[in-house]
Amino acid sequence: MLSEKVKKEIEGSLKKYPTPRSAVMDALRVAQEERGHLTGEEMREIAGILGMEPVRVQAMGGFYSMYNVEKPVGRNHVQICRNISCSLLGAEHLISHMEKLLDIKTGETTGDKKFTLSTVECLGSCGTAPMMQVNDDYHENLTEEKIEKILKGCK
Amino acid sequence: MDKILLCNIDKPDSHLIDTYIKGGGYKSLKKALKMKPENIVQTVKDSGLRGRGGAGFPAGLKWSFIPKDPTLRKYLCCNADEGEPGTFKDRAIIDKDPHLLLEGMIITSHAIGAADAYIYIRGEFAFGAKRLDEAITEAYEKGFLGKDILGSGFSLDIYVHRGFGAYICGEETALIESIEGFRGQPRKKPPFPALAGLYAKPTVINNVETLACVPAIIERGVEWFKSMGPEKSPGPKIFGVSGHVKKPGLYELPMGTPLREIVYEHAGGIKDDRKLKAVIPGGVSAPMLTEKDLDTPMDFDSLAAKKSMLGSGAVIVMDETTCMVKVSYIISRFFSHESCGKCTPCREGMHWTTNVLKRLEEGDGRPGDVELLESLCTNIFGRTFCPLGDGAVMALRGAMSNFKEEFDYHEKHKKCQVS
Repeated sequence: MLSEKVKKEIEGSLKKYPTPRSAVMDALRVAQEERGHLTGEEMREIAGILGMEPVRVQAMGGFYSMYNVEKPVGRNHVQICRNISCSLLGAEHLISHMEKLLDIKTGETTGDKKFTLSTVECLGSCGTAPMMQVNDDYHENLTEEKIEKILKGCK
Repeated sequence: MDKILLCNIDKPDSHLIDTYIKGGGYKSLKKALKMKPENIVQTVKDSGLRGRGGAGFPAGLKWSFIPKDPTLRKYLCCNADEGEPGTFKDRAIIDKDPHLLLEGMIITSHAIGAADAYIYIRGEFAFGAKRLDEAITEAYEKGFLGKDILGSGFSLDIYVHRGFGAYICGEETALIESIEGFRGQPRKKPPFPALAGLYAKPTVINNVETLACVPAIIERGVEWFKSMGPEKSPGPKIFGVSGHVKKPGLYELPMGTPLREIVYEHAGGIKDDRKLKAVIPGGVSAPMLTEKDLDTPMDFDSLAAKKSMLGSGAVIVMDETTCMVKVSYIISRFFSHESCGKCTPCREGMHWTTNVLKRLEEGDGRPGDVELLESLCTNIFGRTFCPLGDGAVMALRGAMSNFKEEFDYHEKHKKCQVS
């Protein structure tokens, strides 16, 4: 079920566009922000608000890689970049290091649901490679020590 | 050269409107609002400003395609989807000097007669999206946005539209589809966005850096802008240098600065004093160059003459320890991941090249793999719906033409020659 807060935010988004459908990306994002992922029920509710067919909303959820459709993630979604600039400066090694630290493989979530580890293809921060994103925050110029400190600081 | 685009980013509270105004910000807007829209278009045309997003199309010419009919609704879209690996220039402007972008957008909207503008920002830039929202609120409070801006009779609203993880939305028609609430897949052109773009209305789509050039052109004039760089692609350019250099980062320099100067003077040379092996001059779509090409001026035409491209000005430097098969695999994997799936040569072809490169890289190459890659390139290039497939092939061909022996070695010996 979408919360009243989310519904209110969706209403705010509707004002930005001449067609309600344009608000679908904002709607999916704000719904996801509450629990970290999207359920089928939430997407059907969004479809109802925007006057869209549910399958069209689901198609959006499937196309854009940042929507976690029916795929719960941990409280801290750690996304480490593995594209060219990060790779040249040791991203693969840091990914392995993080897998060891968290005792999970890339794509998995820790048993306590605290961390989900993902790899991504370029986060647009190549001058400060290697880098990663934890939820909305960028962490740059990573080293093993820096990663350990960042993970320790996560709630 | 005085910094134009990055002149504010190191100031404390550079993102606030008061800081921006104190540094002379929004003066150009006041000047532009007194100009006739067609004169602004002509000024930008005369300046020779070419789009900084990758294609290098003349910005003023693009604006001039917008129909003059005042009864038609028109849109401006700022492309802040910055997703090409190696590229990180627009984020600096968005995060640290959002009002420079807004001022450029307001002037551009006035020039083309748009009453609504959208900033399409990639979803990962959550901080930047927040900064832009705050900057937009400040601009409304000062009367630079909204109804009857500064008593000029011109009205404009700017909205932030957040993408959510699709590189293809940097392609202008996919960006439009995405704002309209569809999957970001490119549209067939024509009609071009200038005639039927967002909501089927005339639309201009410009990159962040392009729009950020506009206030300075209005303030300082055409001759000043043309005094920097080559005649056919003048102005300042932000080069984003990453990879194996001592001082990676953003360098604002005149267009046409030689690649050697960027790598060895500004970025401090190769990390750990190793030898340079290759440089990608403009984001991963741009075919790589080697030592012999380092004196190439970094501008659209000089790089095209070297069978590469300026793209977004994202310089990725690789030293002698770099395996080009691995680099090609990473680049191919990126394009395969980001293929929107609309057309078969890209969707299937990129997946195929990625698989072949992966097995070559991992020492599982099969006889004929290098030939297969060449054949795949031939069957993808020029046969895809949008330029994504072409970009991927150009990158792979660039690596294979410069470092063919490395690919052959991987195939034959099932191991890397370099690392």
